[in-house]
Amino acid sequence: MENNFYHTPGKYPGILGWLFTTDHKRIGLLYLGSTLAFFFVGVCLGLTMRLELIRSGTHFISAQTYNALFTLHGVIMIFLFIIPGIPASLGNFMLPLQIGARDVAFPKINILSWWLYIIGGALAVTSLFTGGGPPDTGWTFYIPYSVRTTTNVSLALFGVFLIGLSSTFTGMNFLTTIHRLRAPGMKWSRLPLFTWSLYATAWVQLLATPILAITLLLVIIERSFGVGFFDPARGGDPILFEHMFWIYSHPAVYIMILPAMGAVSDIIPVFARKNIFGYKMIAASSLGIALFGYLVWGHHMFTSGMSDTARMIFSLLTFLVAIPSGIKVFNWIASLYKGSIKVDAPLFYTLTFIFLFSIGGLTGLVNGALATNVHIHGTYFIVAHFHYTMFGGTGFAFFAALHFWYPKMFGRMYKEHLAKLAAIVLFIGFTMLYFSMFVLGWEGMPRRYYDYLPKFNTPNLISTIGSWVLAIGLFIMFYNLIRSLWTGEKAGDNPWNAATLEWQTSSPPPTENFATIPEVTKGPYTFREPA
Amino acid sequence: MNELAHTTNEHRDYLGAKIGMWLFLFTEILLFGGLFLVYSVYRDAHSTDFHGAAQELSTVIGAINTVILLTSSLTMALSISALQRSEKMRSALFQAATIILGIAFLINKYLEWSEHINHGFYPGSTDMLAKGHGQVLFFGLYYVMTGIHGLHVLIGMGLIGFMLVLTVKNKISSSDFIKLENTGLFWHLVDVIWIYLFPLFYLIT
Repeated sequence: MENNFYHTPGKYPGILGWLFTTDHKRIGLLYLGSTLAFFFVGVCLGLTMRLELIRSGTHFISAQTYNALFTLHGVIMIFLFIIPGIPASLGNFMLPLQIGARDVAFPKINILSWWLYIIGGALAVTSLFTGGGPPDTGWTFYIPYSVRTTTNVSLALFGVFLIGLSSTFTGMNFLTTIHRLRAPGMKWSRLPLFTWSLYATAWVQLLATPILAITLLLVIIERSFGVGFFDPARGGDPILFEHMFWIYSHPAVYIMILPAMGAVSDIIPVFARKNIFGYKMIAASSLGIALFGYLVWGHHMFTSGMSDTARMIFSLLTFLVAIPSGIKVFNWIASLYKGSIKVDAPLFYTLTFIFLFSIGGLTGLVNGALATNVHIHGTYFIVAHFHYTMFGGTGFAFFAALHFWYPKMFGRMYKEHLAKLAAIVLFIGFTMLYFSMFVLGWEGMPRRYYDYLPKFNTPNLISTIGSWVLAIGLFIMFYNLIRSLWTGEKAGDNPWNAATLEWQTSSPPPTENFATIPEVTKGPYTFREPA
Repeated sequence: MNELAHTTNEHRDYLGAKIGMWLFLFTEILLFGGLFLVYSVYRDAHSTDFHGAAQELSTVIGAINTVILLTSSLTMALSISALQRSEKMRSALFQAATIILGIAFLINKYLEWSEHINHGFYPGSTDMLAKGHGQVLFFGLYYVMTGIHGLHVLIGMGLIGFMLVLTVKNKISSSDFIKLENTGLFWHLVDVIWIYLFPLFYLIT
């Protein structure tokens, strides 16, 4: 009987041993399953929208339904997939292993976090079918419409509130874990960069989420009791809502991207067989992004009526926050330079990530420049930008990390050729789907509209076909990963010959992670023993 | 290594538990901080209205509540030092006293609120809607901020009650009292937030 964490019985029998586990590895897999389930729902919503938009004119979706679709697509993808995505699933699984610990600092709070996520998600889904129907405000819930609409905003917001609590507790858990539970010899300067990224992310999760929590609570209170915090008819200020909303939601995008970048920083050295270039700068840039990310929220509000001075300052800060990300991209390329490169699936997805994320990041500068922002705000240019960063960026890095850590989590290997085929199909579909949107936005097509002028027909057609190609790519990729759970070749402890601690234990790991807690004597990317 | 999975490795980390609690308290400060931000924005915009609306609140009841909460923080701290000296019954008594003071605070709040509601000062009432925007915002903030604070008083009382049971059952003791200490920290935070609420609502007349 293999001694791994799947077979060791939990405290409770059967499925309850999973649903009420305190083992971080099982919790990571619970999150993996649930976030991917919500991702699937979000994808279906996206495909439906694209189907309606295949040609100008109304086809099979009413305006009201369309508004509900893009609201839900945003809420599900952002709060139920991308924000928890990497940190809660892969982070939970790998963090204690990477630092040489047996579990996180607060295992019971860890499973509580998952339950809060599930209940919050369930409430958000319930809001589709009860009350006045699914919210139609957009995931940004701008005032005054979010206070006036009769749709089921309050229930959805309460669901998001609970999901936010989940995120906050995870942040608190990871911070304490990294501070207190590192193995002997695991100095801060020997931490894998994935761990560094989880650390920076945890600070953002901890400090930014409460602001969103109170903002959403105030909207629920305003809807229920008519207290006029934001509604101008009762003396409130709708721009105050925008400020409070974006003070969280901008740092939130760094919650989304930092763990993705951390995974990439772990993958590249392994497949270039050399140490990462600029370890300290990459770690510092994670902290820098986390810090600077708090200062730029106004760039979502350039057209809302702020003073010129305020807008110039936010624009400048937005340009500055791009620098740490640029540092990372240069360091990754430098790490590959003169390396002994093997383009296995994890690296293949990683290279795609670097390309797509760079486009996303550079177009962020177009958005952040005041003159161009006026032209493209509220258009498909913005939609393309954030899909390039969140999907082309975090999404593809997530796929890379899934392929990288797959053998460790499941003890098996997937089919390499299918993984690469899926990546190629995904890239083609992604480009058709989203590059067209840059063109559309630049030409003036507004976002969140259920219909458009006939002159926008051709790029929209390409985009919709791209969505189908993308869907096929996703199908190939998940078919490969899921099928290989049963039929994949058994993987050894360290199929990639990596040097971080998670690879120095069996695949899958035993419940207690390590037979004996390791003593760490070298850095995370030293592949050759010192002479 | 042949470890039965359902035996738990008891892992005590006093410092880690404290770090976790302080991080959580930081998030609570940010939560209330958002409310204080809203307060300051609207007070800046409507200072005269805020000044006028504050006259409706009874400084006396507010002051009594402040004294109640400060005393309850004292009893809470005393319960912890009693437990550290292994004086179990004394600690339990102080915890009970803290809960009773919490109840007194909430009763006061109930009396205050019902008086205001009887006089028509509540969100959405016809009297309220006839007032100036600043007054409407003041009372909105009053109910929401003291309401969320009151909810935290209630939660704190529940936590202390839970600790009381654990104390009596010897599950917390002089060698392992971090749960009680963390509960105390939470209670002190609830007290500190009131220390800020009191002047901002009651003393700006």
